[in-house]
Amino acid sequence: MRPVSEPATTDDRASLSSGPGRTLVFVYGVFAVAATGRSVLQLATEAGDAPLAYTLSLVAAVIYLVATTCLLLGGRTAWRVAVVACSVELVGVLVTGVLTYTAPDLFPDKTVWSHFGQGYAFLPLVLPFLGLLWLRRTRP
Amino acid sequence: MRGCGARASGAGFYSGAVTDWLTALVIGLAAVACVVCAVLLARDTPAQDRTFALLAAVEVAVVVQLVLGVVALVRTDDPVEGVLFVSYLVGNLFALPVGVFWSLAERTRAGTAVLLVATFTVIALQARLETIWGAAGV
Repeated sequence: MRPVSEPATTDDRASLSSGPGRTLVFVYGVFAVAATGRSVLQLATEAGDAPLAYTLSLVAAVIYLVATTCLLLGGRTAWRVAVVACSVELVGVLVTGVLTYTAPDLFPDKTVWSHFGQGYAFLPLVLPFLGLLWLRRTRP
Repeated sequence: MRGCGARASGAGFYSGAVTDWLTALVIGLAAVACVVCAVLLARDTPAQDRTFALLAAVEVAVVVQLVLGVVALVRTDDPVEGVLFVSYLVGNLFALPVGVFWSLAERTRAGTAVLLVATFTVIALQARLETIWGAAGV
């Protein structure tokens, strides 16, 4: 077995990714990988087809990556950045969700946030709420 | 979507009975693992060797699936999006090992929840793989 890397779990730095935070980090990580993979593929193969959708995919990917990293790092600054990331994520999924219903022409191809994350079992809609709740509980 | 009569192999996820059977096996094993993890989570019991053996079995099936999936991709005449398909097959390899190591660092309910999410991810990726393959067969 590898040695325990954090000296103490009560430590400020470790607290964001322990307990419920551990599960949250994993879910965010899965979405970070999924969204990054999707956007890289989309931009590499068919960037011109749906610029708005693919840009949004990329934004979503970056948000998930930032949130995952901040939760992993822990600490005061990371906590603040994570709050911003989760807030942007919440606004993003809500706005994109509404737009994909009201103005579907804007989105010829899907993004993670299309139809409030329908293609991902609506987890993208639930995730920012869970993230913000967790950050509220771990306020430094 | 699938099995519109355009293909001789009929309603296959990939191109043949072996890969169909394998996908069913992966989904079946992952579903059992999912239920086991849910029960452990409800009971607040950390996963033991038996659970990890089950997860290892799922992983072995996923590795075999990568190999047979690539073989099926090379053989098929359908315009399957190769890069997309292989990236999902490869991504599938990582869900369980990463989940297991991440959960081992904290053998609590949160750790068990990670295992549950990881097994669920495998099932979700199976659905995506089938969609990617099916989209080309229409």
